[in-house]
Amino acid sequence: MAEHTRRTVLKSAAVTAGGAALAARAPAAAGAAAVSIQPAQTAEITLSVNGRRRAVSVETRVTLLDALRERLGLTGTKKGCDRGECGACTVLVDGERVKSCLTLAVMRQGSEITTVEGLADGDRLHPVQEAFIRHDAFQCGGCTPGQIMSAVACIEEGHTGSDEEIRQWMSGNLCRCACYQNIVAAVADAAGEVRR
Amino acid sequence: MKPFGYTAVRDTGEAVRLASRTPDAAFVAGGTDLLNLMKDGVARPGHLIDVNGLDLAEVTETPAGLRIGGLARMRAVAGHAAVRRGWPVLAEALLASASPQVRNMASIGGNLLQRTRCGYFRDTGSPCNKRVPGSGCPAVEGWNRGHAVLGGSDACIATHPSDLAVALLALDAVVRVRGTAGERKVPIGDFYLRPGATPHVENVLRPAELITAVEVPRSATARRSRYLKLRDRATFEFAVVSVAAAVDLRGRRVRDVRLAFGGIGTTPWRSPEAEAALRGNDLTAESVARAGRALVRDAEPRHDNEFKVELVQRALAELLEELR
Ligand SMILES: Cc1cc2nc3c(=O)[nH]c(=O)nc-3n(C[C@H](O)[C@H](O)[C@H](O)COP(=O)(O)OP(=O)(O)OC[C@H]3O[C@@H](n4cnc5c(N)ncnc54)[C@H](O)[C@@H]3O)c2cc1C
Ligand code: SF4
Ligand code: FES
Ligand code: FES
Repeated sequence: MAEHTRRTVLKSAAVTAGGAALAARAPAAAGAAAVSIQPAQTAEITLSVNGRRRAVSVETRVTLLDALRERLGLTGTKKGCDRGECGACTVLVDGERVKSCLTLAVMRQGSEITTVEGLADGDRLHPVQEAFIRHDAFQCGGCTPGQIMSAVACIEEGHTGSDEEIRQWMSGNLCRCACYQNIVAAVADAAGEVRR
Repeated sequence: MKPFGYTAVRDTGEAVRLASRTPDAAFVAGGTDLLNLMKDGVARPGHLIDVNGLDLAEVTETPAGLRIGGLARMRAVAGHAAVRRGWPVLAEALLASASPQVRNMASIGGNLLQRTRCGYFRDTGSPCNKRVPGSGCPAVEGWNRGHAVLGGSDACIATHPSDLAVALLALDAVVRVRGTAGERKVPIGDFYLRPGATPHVENVLRPAELITAVEVPRSATARRSRYLKLRDRATFEFAVVSVAAAVDLRGRRVRDVRLAFGGIGTTPWRSPEAEAALRGNDLTAESVARAGRALVRDAEPRHDNEFKVELVQRALAELLEELR
C-alpha cells in the first residue's frame, strides 16, 4: 500500500493534471467532480458495491477485480485468466454483466456494482444459486460465481429461449471442469423460476 | 503494468486537447483491449484519458442512414432495431464477436482500433516489427496459421481481428474523427494501412485524434447483407476466415454487390475483383466460383495458412447461396 501522504482525494473538486482542472464523468451522488490522478499516486475512491458505498484506496492500475478481491475482501469474484477470456470475474455494473478484470476501479466510480456476495437475501439464496445447487452445476467451483452472475444477467436479458440460446449467451464463461450440461440445465430452470 | 496517470474527461474538445499535450497519452473506452495490452507490456501509456463520460454513445437512424457514436457499445449497436432491419450484416458481425460481457463493455471506436492477435505481437519476449519496429517478424517463417494471405509484406503478415470493420467495409461506412484541427471524415476503405515497411502504422489516425462516430449509408445492398464467420470453436473466438456480403438482386441478376473479408488480409479486405465477377451477372455456382478465384488470385500463403485460400472461397459460396 502506498503512503497516506501520497493519497489524493478524488472527490474534492480541484485536482489537476498538468495544471488543468478537468470535469469528470459525474459520479451519481458526488456531482461534477474533477477526476485526475498522477502515475503511482494512490487515490481515495468510492465504489458502490452490493448496495453499500465503500471507500477504497487504489492506484490507477488496480482493476475492478483486484479492488473487489484485494481491497474490499470480496473474494467471491474469481480471477481466472485476468485477460477477459474465462468469465470467472463476471460482475454486474449498473445491471449489466462485465468482466471486472478488464476495467479499472477508477473508471467505475459512481456505478452500482453487484457481486456474487450480493445476490442472496440473508439466508435465502437467489433462484440462480438454488438452481446451480439443484442441478449440480459445478465441480471445483472456480468458475461458478462468474457463471452465476452471467446467468442472472442472461436471464434478465431474455436470452434463455432454448438450450442452444443459453449456450450461445453463456459462452463468455468457461468451465474447466466442463459442467456445461448442468449449467445449461440450471440456467433454463432458474429462468423459469425467475419468470414465475 | 507500468504506472500511469488518469483523467476522466467530459468534453470532446478537452479530450483531444489533453491528448495532444500529454506525452504517451492514450484514450480508454471499454478498456477490453487496451488493458490486456498494458498487462502484457505491449502498450505502455503514461496517461489514460477516460472518454466514457463523453456524449458519443448514441445510435441514430437518419434519412441518409445510420450514425453510430464512437462510444456506442457493441451490444447497443447489435441489438438496435434499425440496425437489424437495414444493416443486418452489422448486427450479425457484432453478435459473432467476443462474449456478451465484452460486448457490454467494448465501444465501436475501440473495436476499430483493437490490435492484432498475432501471438508474437502480444508476447514481449519475441521480436515483432509491429511492436518494436526493425526487430524482425518471426511469423513469416514461424507459426503463421492465423496470419494473412493477402496484403502482407516481408515485415508483417498479421491480420486485423475486428469483425465489425469487415462488416463496415461491405457497407461503405465513413469514420468521423476529431483532432485539434477539427473534424474530418475517412472512408473505412482508406482507414487501415497495409504493413509495407512500417507495420507499426496501422491506420490513418493522427496523434490525439478521437473517433467520434461511424456513419453507414442506407442502401439496397445493405438491406440484403449477411456475415459468415468461421472459427476454431463454435463461439467466443476470433475468425479464421470471415465474409461480409451485401447484394442487391433482381431475380438472380446481381445489380450491385459488396464483398469484404476477415482473417485473410492484413487489413479488413475488400475485393473489387470478386465484386466485378458478380456485378451484372446472374448469381450462379459458376459466377460465384469466378468471384472466389478473383479474390485469391494474388494470395501468398505461408507454411501454415494455405488452407485459408480454399476455405475463404467456400465460405463466400456458402454465404452467397444463403443470400440468394
Ligand atoms: C476475450 C476477448 C475476445 C474477443 N473476441 C473478439 C472477436 O471475436 N471479434 C472482434 O472483433 N473483437 C473481439 N475482441 C476484441 C474486442 O472487440 C475489443 O477489445 C473491443 O472492441 C475494444 O473496444 P474498447 O472500447 O474496449 O477499446 P479500448 O480497449 O478501450 O481501446 C482500444 C484502443 O482504441 C483506442 N480508443 C478507444 N476508443 C477510442 C476513440 N473513440 N477514439 C480514438 N481511440 C480510441 C484506445 O486508445 C486503444 O488504443 C475480443 C476481446 C476479448 C477480450
Ligand atoms: S506478423 Fe506482424 S505482428 Fe506478427 S510478429 Fe510479424 S511483425 Fe509482429
Ligand atoms: S479473470 Fe476476467 S475473464 Fe478471466
Ligand atoms: S466448476 Fe470447475 S471450472 Fe467450472
